[in-house]
Amino acid sequence: MSVIVDASGLSCPQPVILTLNKINELKKGEIKVLVDTDTSKENVSRAAESQGWKVTDIQSNLTGYEITIKK
Amino acid sequence: MFKNFFATRWGIIGVGGIIGVFAALLQKLGNPGNMGICVACFERDIAGAVGLHSAAVVQYMRPEIIGFVLGSFAAAYIFKEFRPRSGSAPIARFTLGIFAMIGALVFLGCPWRALLRLAGGDGNAITGLLGLACGVWIGTLFLKQGYNLGKTNTTHASAGWIMPLMMLGFLVLMLIFPQIDGENKSGILFYSTKGPGAMHAPLFISILVGIVIGFGAQRSRFCTMGALRDLFLFRQIHLLSGVIALVISAFVVNLILGQFNPGFAGQPVAHNMSIWNFAGMTLAGLAFALAGGCPGRQLFLAGEGDGDAAIFVLGMIIGAAFAHNFGLASSPAGVGPHGIAAVVIGIIVCLFIGFTMRNKTT
Repeated sequence: MSVIVDASGLSCPQPVILTLNKINELKKGEIKVLVDTDTSKENVSRAAESQGWKVTDIQSNLTGYEITIKK
Repeated sequence: MFKNFFATRWGIIGVGGIIGVFAALLQKLGNPGNMGICVACFERDIAGAVGLHSAAVVQYMRPEIIGFVLGSFAAAYIFKEFRPRSGSAPIARFTLGIFAMIGALVFLGCPWRALLRLAGGDGNAITGLLGLACGVWIGTLFLKQGYNLGKTNTTHASAGWIMPLMMLGFLVLMLIFPQIDGENKSGILFYSTKGPGAMHAPLFISILVGIVIGFGAQRSRFCTMGALRDLFLFRQIHLLSGVIALVISAFVVNLILGQFNPGFAGQPVAHNMSIWNFAGMTLAGLAFALAGGCPGRQLFLAGEGDGDAAIFVLGMIIGAAFAHNFGLASSPAGVGPHGIAAVVIGIIVCLFIGFTMRNKTT
């Protein structure tokens, strides 16, 4: 099961901070990050990749995006 | 899925470079010295144009600002990124906008102008930029401690249109009450007849450049505060590469146009009181960091439907009125009579916001 980081409604840089905190906590695994703007989607993806994680899926929904990252 | 080229490294460098070129050209076409584009100064001029303050030398409805919001609005709609949202501690954002403007007007420029002043040879920009970095760095300490203004909410699309419509309204006012040569008032709008407010590129060019920059900046998420914040917080240089491109391109165009004049004394619309250049920008940088964006970025966010950013913009415009009505803004002669007190109060207010507004869930 993947861990969920709910960063919806939060503006930069909060989604990135929350994602990196979770990455540092888990070290590896699967995380789903919920964000609601394209900026956050790009920033979270960029930050995850800089930590050696892979963006495996991005689902678009009514309120924003669900980004799946794995390591 | 369509890949956003502007969000790549070369995209942000391209946008930063274009802003630098346009800024230097706008100066050539009539905008004030080292002020091809200055978001703080231009919002201050707008505050003057509608009579919120009566500093006769800085009153002009700057079309660049209008263009920034409208360009971003267009980009957001075309690329389906328009997301109407608001409700993340608006009163805190309004207050941060007020003090961000006051800090910027003690230095005499927003981060964009600090970079353009550097690219024009104004050595005083260095202390301003160091102050900006200091303020943003303090902001990152709060972010690390869980500082957060809270979640925003999705709202009506029309709520997201209000700031773009307001800007459109300003443009219409400008067309109904155009500048009359030698007159300081046309209908309800004030127009400077001397000083920086009297110096401007032709309306049509200013608005067009504004729209192009607004479009590109919305796509690329260009942000000067974010550049420093991401460097301090995440060791990321993505946004910073755009900022560096801005300085280099403006510097090169300034050299070509003969607008590069290195020195500290007698620089256009600047003073050389280093401590207050530093402190003013420390205040501004801290306020930008706590609010999540530099003045330019707040305009682009407002254009894509972010009502909280729009509130920050209005805070800056009201802050400009306070700055000139209360003698807080600097002039080439030095800091205003109450500028130093305002910087101290502003930093206390920002610290209050930073210390007390934490995310309860972390």
